[in-house]
Amino acid sequence: MIGSGILHGLAVTAKNFAGSFTDPARLVTVGYPEERLPPKENARQFPFLVFDGDDSEAGLRCVACQICEKECPPQCIFIIKSKAKKPDHLGKPQLYPATFDIDFSVCMSCQICVEVCPFDAIKMDQEFELATADRFDGLLRHKDQLARPNAYFQKLHPTDAGAIDTLRAAEAEKARAAAAVKAAATASESVKPPAAPGSVP
Amino acid sequence: MDALDAIFVTLKHLVVGWFPALLQPWVSALISIGAILAIFPLLFGLTTVLERKALARIQNRPGPNRVGPAGFLQFVADGIKSLTKEDIVPRAADRVVHFLAPLVVVIPPLLSFAVLPVGRNMVALDLRETGLLFFLMVGTAVELGVFMAGWSSHNKYSLLGAMRALAQLLSYELPLLLSTVPVVMLTGSLSLVGIVEKQSAVHGGFLMGWNLFTPWGAAGAVLFFIAAIAEANRSPFDLPEAESEIVAGYFTEYSGFKFALFFLGEYLGLFAVSGLGITLFLGGWLPPFSFLAWIPSWLWFLCKLAGLMVVFIWLRGTLPRLRMDQLMRFAWQFLLPMALVNLLVAGLWHFTSPWPVALRWLLGVAILAVPYLMFNRAFERRHPQRTYRYVS
Repeated sequence: MIGSGILHGLAVTAKNFAGSFTDPARLVTVGYPEERLPPKENARQFPFLVFDGDDSEAGLRCVACQICEKECPPQCIFIIKSKAKKPDHLGKPQLYPATFDIDFSVCMSCQICVEVCPFDAIKMDQEFELATADRFDGLLRHKDQLARPNAYFQKLHPTDAGAIDTLRAAEAEKARAAAAVKAAATASESVKPPAAPGSVP
Repeated sequence: MDALDAIFVTLKHLVVGWFPALLQPWVSALISIGAILAIFPLLFGLTTVLERKALARIQNRPGPNRVGPAGFLQFVADGIKSLTKEDIVPRAADRVVHFLAPLVVVIPPLLSFAVLPVGRNMVALDLRETGLLFFLMVGTAVELGVFMAGWSSHNKYSLLGAMRALAQLLSYELPLLLSTVPVVMLTGSLSLVGIVEKQSAVHGGFLMGWNLFTPWGAAGAVLFFIAAIAEANRSPFDLPEAESEIVAGYFTEYSGFKFALFFLGEYLGLFAVSGLGITLFLGGWLPPFSFLAWIPSWLWFLCKLAGLMVVFIWLRGTLPRLRMDQLMRFAWQFLLPMALVNLLVAGLWHFTSPWPVALRWLLGVAILAVPYLMFNRAFERRHPQRTYRYVS
């Protein structure tokens, strides 16, 4: 019958109209600035640098190997290596970045820097409210702005951070054991030499 | 209650009384013009907000909810925005016509409000002899503005939109006119005030004598409102301004407040033609039942207008846009013949007045149902029921 389809359609829209008031499952929109959805673990926006401990300079995991700088497709990372070295979590002396800049206006959030980093030093942040009045300097983030404590990383990506922490703890444990063995060896060696000349007369 | 009913009339008389007799007709006219210019654009603003909110709810969204209480001042923000925007006129455009077109679109609906009785004794200009004729002819002038806009923009989409608009408006003018003719036949008057007063008879002690409560009136109202939606360029007949096809059609090249004027004109046209439908079929400012007569007449008119707006918004949220050939076929092969049949029904209703009401109703409905069912059969032959293999 001509017109019956229209009546059917009107019934459907009326049901949606009424349902949006009564059924919260229908009205899924979140009133953003006041209400927010809980963050998702795999969400990613722009990279940040992880540091261990409390000091963002001393604890920074980055060793300025520049792999991320070379791999970055839009070339938004800029690193200058330090002249001096500082010990890493294994106690080995490593270079560190004197300058580490990421231009958020260029970054495309591809996460390739995170994939290639052998030191788990760069990770993806979830901060997305980056509006600024100055689109040049305001979006060019420097090392001190990029550095975030490991606790922050654990909060954002608990699974990933947990796995990395276990791995690093095991590495550190191994290094400590190796160092202990080496120390014992050097200790025994350092004990032996004085005896040696005496043993071989 | 009578004081409340006549409050605006009393106020106007009071103000007019302050002036010398020589100036009184002018002051009276100015007050009426001021009221029309204040009320209907305000209604336009509120309708746009309500429309956006209702459409959003139909699509399970909250809709505008930021500006003012529950977002109801959104139209103020929109108005300020369109006022502060740059007004761009294309270099190739005909500047004079391009400037005049939005005005030509806005002025006719405002003129037609002059003869619309919005309450008891509340009509700016009571044309006793030619009210309805004036209304319909002024409403037709919108088509000129639409074509001026499309032609002067010197843009192919604008021109396409204007051509579509002309074809559509001229085609739907005919069923619109023909569906009003039965009212004129039965009332014997072209005065809109007279048409409303004629509907004030009471049937069976409580039901008012609206033209809607007759077979020709019911069919005429349906035909009238379908044609009215098309005349007002509303979805599903919004081909002239199809955003997704021809980039807003005839007002593609308009920006800033001229763009807002086109919207204003469109909504004013919708109000005007809805007001005419209310006057002709829905008893104007009369209540549906005689025991509700204590509610002021102007409030009844506003309620009916609001109700019609709700229906129009509901339809807009429901129906997809028609195709051009469907649009034309619908006007010429369905609306026009049905309007002519309705004329016959109205004539029979008039000449069978001594008959019992049930018999007259049966006759009217039968005469209307036969061509409707024939159209239905032809339609179903042309468009057999679709079967979907993979969709249940």
